[in-house]
Amino acid sequence: MSAVQRPVLNKKQVEMNYLLHEAPREKHFITGAQAMSEAVKRANVDMAIAYPITPQSEVMHLVGDVFAQGHIKEYYRAEEELGTMSAIAGASRAGVRLFTATSGPGLIRGLEAIASWPGHRVPAVLGILTRVINAPLSIQPDNLEMAYMLYSGAVMLHAENQQDTFDFTLAAFAIAEKVDVYIPVAVATEGFFVTHAKGYVDMMSEDLVYKEFDPVASPVPAMDNETPPARIQRDAPVQKSNFMSYLIHSVWQQEIWDSNSRAMKYIYEYLGGPVEVLNPGSDIMLLASGCAAAQAREAHRYAQEEGLSVGLVKVKAIRPFPRTEIREALAAAKTVIVPEHNIVGWLCTEVKAAIPNGGIVHEGPRVFGGMTLPVELIMFEIYEALGIEHTIKL
Amino acid sequence: MTKIVEVGPAGYMPTSAPAMGVELAPEGSALLYGNTVTPEEAMRDAAIALLTRKNPTIFPGPQVLWDWKEDVAEKSAAILELASEIPNCKIIPMPDYRPKYPKIDVKAEINPNHPNLTILDNRIEACIFVGVHCHYANLTLRMVRAGTNCYTVALCAYMGHEEAMASIRDLHASDIAKFKEIVIEERNKLGIKWETTLPPENPSLPKEDNSTLSPADYGEYRSLIMTKKGEHITDSE
Repeated sequence: MSAVQRPVLNKKQVEMNYLLHEAPREKHFITGAQAMSEAVKRANVDMAIAYPITPQSEVMHLVGDVFAQGHIKEYYRAEEELGTMSAIAGASRAGVRLFTATSGPGLIRGLEAIASWPGHRVPAVLGILTRVINAPLSIQPDNLEMAYMLYSGAVMLHAENQQDTFDFTLAAFAIAEKVDVYIPVAVATEGFFVTHAKGYVDMMSEDLVYKEFDPVASPVPAMDNETPPARIQRDAPVQKSNFMSYLIHSVWQQEIWDSNSRAMKYIYEYLGGPVEVLNPGSDIMLLASGCAAAQAREAHRYAQEEGLSVGLVKVKAIRPFPRTEIREALAAAKTVIVPEHNIVGWLCTEVKAAIPNGGIVHEGPRVFGGMTLPVELIMFEIYEALGIEHTIKL
Repeated sequence: MTKIVEVGPAGYMPTSAPAMGVELAPEGSALLYGNTVTPEEAMRDAAIALLTRKNPTIFPGPQVLWDWKEDVAEKSAAILELASEIPNCKIIPMPDYRPKYPKIDVKAEINPNHPNLTILDNRIEACIFVGVHCHYANLTLRMVRAGTNCYTVALCAYMGHEEAMASIRDLHASDIAKFKEIVIEERNKLGIKWETTLPPENPSLPKEDNSTLSPADYGEYRSLIMTKKGEHITDSE
């Protein structure tokens, strides 16, 4: 069967709250890449565009299958990532629901266009399957690329495992398309560690899909001749060197970050909040996002078995950054340990800036270049912080 | 009530209302100076501003200027009726969002890229934005608060606007009719005599005589209209 002869599917359209919170689910044992494509299948996506790069190629290959099965209306492989991300911006002006994904160097190549999405009010969902970006060439997981996204204006979610990848990706479409948000939502997770590893994922029936995209419920006009004013409106507003042109640009930038902060209430609504806190009030708090949160969770379990005063803050939303929630969660902590999968410690920097006593935040442990994050690395820091004798040799 | 969002001018580069902690009102509520109140409270304060401040003006945006959706004509008619009950109320449209260069006709329109020009030139101290797409309404309201002393009212079909002094959300024609009734009530309380009239004619600039235009009239933009050396244009749109 050719792509143009795809089956026409008759699915039941439902609200996102029903999909995420009420629809019956069944357990599946699938990879993170499968989880992301299964979310796309249920998101009623109009168009997907991508250029392959490891480890994202697994996701977009599966999304291609989803297209062939008739779950997505349009799908094509662009020339490269700048073309991909520019095409997403173009398609968005026609008022359709969009998905793309990329990894490491691909993200950096597409970053010029991605950084323009929020200002252009592009409510697309971007999967980031993290990968080393710096030379020498490597395809291994490392989430340094997320640091480059922090100031793009996009909402950023960081998935710990396959289940998060499924839920976050699905919720991302609803968050992005809210009239008071209407900026892209990036769903990141670690390449290979999550994308190519299997985990249990509870999924609802694929006969259910998120309700159709409504291009009229938008804070900007779509390029639709039935919707006045019928023209592309998000072109450069002012190219002049005068006060008014500076002012319009400054309030425009404010509007993007305000839209970003408005996403927080929907992160509560769909994902139960931007953080998950275990054992609040502990002396030592582990704080982590993405795959590092999975390892921190395991270290937290070890610490509980040993009766140590250790808690966990898993950060689900990187943007908007949950300053208030983190401040509250760390209020009683004496030491904060931030395990990360990158060399710069972007999450550590964010946490230090968010709390009044940043000096309690411990730098690391960090792994990068594809290194795994052994639980012992985190336990070592816990023992050292508590002054407990131990035999861990690193 | 503590006024979080106040009538400007707020200054050179004011903090945005959401960054000051203002959140959009939940369904069934409205915003007044950044506080969540009932729609009636917000409408009453807005009505008093429109009745007591100078040169009240309604700025209708594209979503109520074109009859493009089922409920729009009804809403637009309600806006005209509302205008007729506000003494000497002007209606200046925001027909689209492209910046107006080299110069906007400030008597005829307002633009989200430089709304201050229309507000300041017409000495408008109270206004209503209605039917403006939310992104452009937010930009406009913030610039107006930054640089003018204009009391802003946002009538929004979606979730409202933090930057406006009074913001009504989920707007239908019936809400505009209710607002009109509140305007009449407050007008009577204030003892303002007013006979309902149609809005005054648009005092736009006189029509330009393009037949006398020369390339020199385009100033720095003349290069855009003049043919290049060796270029011969035979077709025109």
